[in-house]
Amino acid sequence: MRLWKGDVEKMVSDALKELQGILPESIYQSMAESLPEKLSESKAALVAKKLVAEYNEMKVEPGESVGLVAAESIGEPGTQMTLDTFHFAGVSEMNVTMGLPRIIEILDGRKKLITPMMEIYLKKPYSEGQDIKKVALMIKETCLQDIVTEFSINVADSRIEAQLDLLRMRELGISDVTLIKALKASVPSIVVDVKGSTLFMKAKAKESGVSDVFKLKEKAKEAYVKGVRGVTQVLPVRKNDEYVILTFGSNIKKVLQLPFVDETRTTTNDVFEIESTLGVEAARQAIIDEVYKVIETQGLNVDIRHLMLVADVMCANGKVKGITRYGVVSEKASVLARASFETPIKHIINASLYGEVDNLSSVVENVMLNQPIPVGTGITKLISKNK
Amino acid sequence: MPDAEEPYVYKKVSTVVFGVLSPKLIRKIAAAKIVTPELYDKEGYPVDGGLMDVRLGVIDPGLRCKTCGSKLKECTGHFGYIALARPVIHISFVSVILTLLRYTCRECSRVLLPAAKIEQYADRLKRLGKDKGSDVMRKKLKDIINALRSGSRCPHCKAKQKKIVIEKPTTFFEDERRISPIELRSRLEKITDADVELFGLNPAAVRPEWIVITVLPIPPVTMRPSITLETGERSEDDLTHKLGDIVRINQRLFENINAGAPEIIVEDLWDLLQYHITTFFDNEVAQLPPARHRSGQPLKTLTERIKSKEGRIRHNLTGKRTNFSARTVISPDPLLELNEVGMPDIMAMKLTVPERVTEWNINYLKEFVRRGPKAYPGANYVVRPDGRKKRLTEETIEASIEELQPGYIVERHVMDGDIAVFNRQPSLHRMSMMCHKVRVLPFKTLRLNPAVCFPYNADFDGDEMNLHIPQTEEARAEAELLMIVDTQMISPRYGLSVIGCIQDAISGNYLLTKNGFSMSRQDAVNLLASAGIADSSKLPKKDVVAGKEIFSALLPDDFSFAGRSKSREEPEVVIKDGKLVSGVMDKNNLGEGSGLLLRNLHKKYGRHFALDVLGKVFKLGVAVLMKRGFTTAVSDTDLPPEARLQIQNVFERAEKEVAGLISHYNSGQLEALPGRTLKETLELKILEVLNRARDETGKIVAMNVEASHTIVMAISGARGTPLNLAQMAGCVGQQALRGRRIENGYYGRTLSCFRKGDLSAESRGFIKNSFKSGLRPAEFFFQSIVGRDALMDTALRTPKSGYLYRRLANALQDLKVEYDNTVRDSGGRIVQFSYGEDSLDVSKSEGGVLNVKRAVNEALEG
Repeated sequence: MRLWKGDVEKMVSDALKELQGILPESIYQSMAESLPEKLSESKAALVAKKLVAEYNEMKVEPGESVGLVAAESIGEPGTQMTLDTFHFAGVSEMNVTMGLPRIIEILDGRKKLITPMMEIYLKKPYSEGQDIKKVALMIKETCLQDIVTEFSINVADSRIEAQLDLLRMRELGISDVTLIKALKASVPSIVVDVKGSTLFMKAKAKESGVSDVFKLKEKAKEAYVKGVRGVTQVLPVRKNDEYVILTFGSNIKKVLQLPFVDETRTTTNDVFEIESTLGVEAARQAIIDEVYKVIETQGLNVDIRHLMLVADVMCANGKVKGITRYGVVSEKASVLARASFETPIKHIINASLYGEVDNLSSVVENVMLNQPIPVGTGITKLISKNK
Repeated sequence: MPDAEEPYVYKKVSTVVFGVLSPKLIRKIAAAKIVTPELYDKEGYPVDGGLMDVRLGVIDPGLRCKTCGSKLKECTGHFGYIALARPVIHISFVSVILTLLRYTCRECSRVLLPAAKIEQYADRLKRLGKDKGSDVMRKKLKDIINALRSGSRCPHCKAKQKKIVIEKPTTFFEDERRISPIELRSRLEKITDADVELFGLNPAAVRPEWIVITVLPIPPVTMRPSITLETGERSEDDLTHKLGDIVRINQRLFENINAGAPEIIVEDLWDLLQYHITTFFDNEVAQLPPARHRSGQPLKTLTERIKSKEGRIRHNLTGKRTNFSARTVISPDPLLELNEVGMPDIMAMKLTVPERVTEWNINYLKEFVRRGPKAYPGANYVVRPDGRKKRLTEETIEASIEELQPGYIVERHVMDGDIAVFNRQPSLHRMSMMCHKVRVLPFKTLRLNPAVCFPYNADFDGDEMNLHIPQTEEARAEAELLMIVDTQMISPRYGLSVIGCIQDAISGNYLLTKNGFSMSRQDAVNLLASAGIADSSKLPKKDVVAGKEIFSALLPDDFSFAGRSKSREEPEVVIKDGKLVSGVMDKNNLGEGSGLLLRNLHKKYGRHFALDVLGKVFKLGVAVLMKRGFTTAVSDTDLPPEARLQIQNVFERAEKEVAGLISHYNSGQLEALPGRTLKETLELKILEVLNRARDETGKIVAMNVEASHTIVMAISGARGTPLNLAQMAGCVGQQALRGRRIENGYYGRTLSCFRKGDLSAESRGFIKNSFKSGLRPAEFFFQSIVGRDALMDTALRTPKSGYLYRRLANALQDLKVEYDNTVRDSGGRIVQFSYGEDSLDVSKSEGGVLNVKRAVNEALEG
């Protein structure tokens, strides 16, 4: 549990307060927690001295090639990961892509996920299980075919007749009026009418052959009626004393607008959706969390700092970019560095047109030219003269 | 020391500038004009003005370059040129040419944008070009023009514009009429510098007309050397072949034009010249048939030379090769220190360390030279101050000893204590390349302490490893200070030790520190001695000492530690003032990548000490096993008859349960789980029952084979798991393919020996037998299915993860921590304000954190 600043203040004596600017927040916090009840000033000074000394000892050294270390720390365990594990947590949870494909998917910055998923937390009283099935159904996307038992084509009148499942409609809270409205919105070229339990549909265009009607029928089947678009499956699950709805398919923007959803905890595994609804900072955190989740389930041990660095690189521009030749790599300043990655000819040709100058400020160019690289011991600029 | 006086070169190249060569510049840098496709005259001497002209550099030993006067290897070669009879388009710039033609006026060659608009957009475009690159800028300009275009007239001269299309690869048409490169070039010429800039081109680097080639530079001979075959025949390089074609067609074109040949013939030759020049640059253009050898294999021309993994950039420029390295099979030697490597004596006599002769070591080095290359430790070469290297042979030894004086360098054999860099591929992390100290040993394998296998991911089933000897003081110093095994002990990935006890060392220490282990004091002293501890004063003065007391002799007196072990009987590990009070030493404490014991030792006493203790613990463990005896046998998996009966019962019960589930399913009584179909529910339930049955047999096995060595290995974490044992003694269990029971094979069944639609356990891959009792044919088959799947998984995974790794490494390699603690890339862009939000180095942390509690306690205790 995180302590509030005021609480920390109270617990910490003056000698330690000075540390606030010196030690990072997280260490300062846990120091406050691990202090004994009573602490004399002189002892406090000892603690302060010790902590600062230890912290300084553990700090990264300037020049440390943290990027490559992060790449190694993710790349090396990558070889040990299994390819296609589907994750079964409990008997009734759904399959989610895990393992290497998921990591590749996230780091590629792929827009279309293999298994988009949401975890929807609910407000009280729904989180306690009230109307949980009903709530779940409201989230699920309903197409026309979900509430129709039978479609048939009346060739004589060239119209479509559909038998509505009235029971199901009542369950979902769809009335005739809302149905007609929804259908008109999703298939504009249609004339709709409901009589009893039969739905009549006709093309707006006056003359239409049978094949046109058939096409229209297929289109109408998929027509969106109710729920959240993109959510194809819903599954209410009990998780730590409360009900949570897991969904297959993701549309967090719409879900967050629903009144019964706890918008502070609801998440999706789609980084780009998070970026567009909640911003890059949230997307960065999502990348870290998602990658960490995979690594954890694989039973591997990778420090969070490496994932942070990767996420920061992907988000440094204010937009989520994948680690590909079109994303992060294309933004490198050096021509030779870009050329050494992929599509060298393209980069060299473009550089020649622009008269680009490569200042050899990164690693690969200097490797190419057999020169010391500007990281680690290579950044010291001391020149010794033999005289 | 004469050569020490030479100025210290710090860095030679500071920038690399890219651009396009102008025809004028091509002529200027050229050493020769090439006029004839002939290569050699009758005597085999390069023809003047031919492609192998000696002014372009030399590839024959003995000849001298006419331009610079240097010999082979000293002369890097010089460019030549061909003046083309007619201009030709450069294939790589076709898309730029198209853009330039389409968006400039055909009459006045101004950009098709009203003057006011140019002013309006110029700055914005330039900024875009600077940020995102010129191709983005070009695209933006196109968009702007397309959006503003009204009618087809030039906003400047009002000339009517025509539609320009390209017929790939290199032919341009304007309303059906072909634009010849000559016309094209003259249009490009007219574009003003200011307009050129709008297109994202830099007029200082390239004038658009230079893209249409009038003068073709000829690469130096040295980059297209010919090979002399055994028959004495010369085989020319692909580029020379291609250039020969170009020169030949160019000559013919010249002649035909001069002779006033019909237009059609000239055009045909012109097209042919265009083809040859196009394929000279790129032989993989989509619309062109690639130029081929007589044997039919495509020529490897310029583009193919540069690109792809085997191309110049990735193969030669970023990938380096090295001398002074060795490679053989590795084998273990627990008697070596962790930071040593055993090197075969033959290797030590081939690899050398350069040592500079001074007044003080001249006599010492003379001895090496005297022994020569054949006696160990001798020397292989003597390097004179002018850099000339002299090989030592029996005849030259005497003269070399006479000659030796300060300033010379003797390349002596590698000796004990020299620095070497040891490496095993794939080098996935920095611990794959560590520095070791050499121990020269007999026999022919490289030897390493088995404790360092883990960071290298090495085993001894035939693995080979590489060894490099750094050749300069600077390299040696860096290797020793930054790369030696001691420094790599704590992983930068998770902040725990990557070096730990493995296999026998774990079993041994587990047995030693288990309650109830004791031996006579005399034996204990012997044991410690064999682990390399001569001082046994830490042993209590008793006749019989306990195992924990023996282990404690390795620990420093002021070391305290609290942790957990895997063992169920003694889970709490407590070390107080250098004494192991309770708990066993198993994989959780001694193994790699787990537990803080090694990490804390490292923290408190430093890396040398930690590594030293680890080495001793390792040897102690092995010594215990050697003294006590340790073996694993088939009889370890023997079960008493009543256990067999119990297992039998478990199976019968499970089978009944499965049958019950199936009949429920068939009769429709089974209720589906939420979000599942009925069939899936059944499968899940059956899987659950069968897994439970397997676990139960495992428990029965564990209860009945308690004291065996196999179980010791499993419990201590040295090798194997209780599950492995259960599979050997009890039952192998359900074979799962992608999280389900096996279901594919024949229609409706897995194998032809089962009934269609049979859902029972044995027909869907449940293996009732144990590995010891032997598998039935169907069971064996099911196991092979899963085995093959696992094999495929690995085969498919390796390239995927390899590519991910390459991309990550490429994207992140320039990130470094600056002096202000920020993480920045090579362009100085800040990526993180503080590394990992707290500037902690993982490889200096304790499992990723600063252990505040420990630090506070230590401070309070004094």
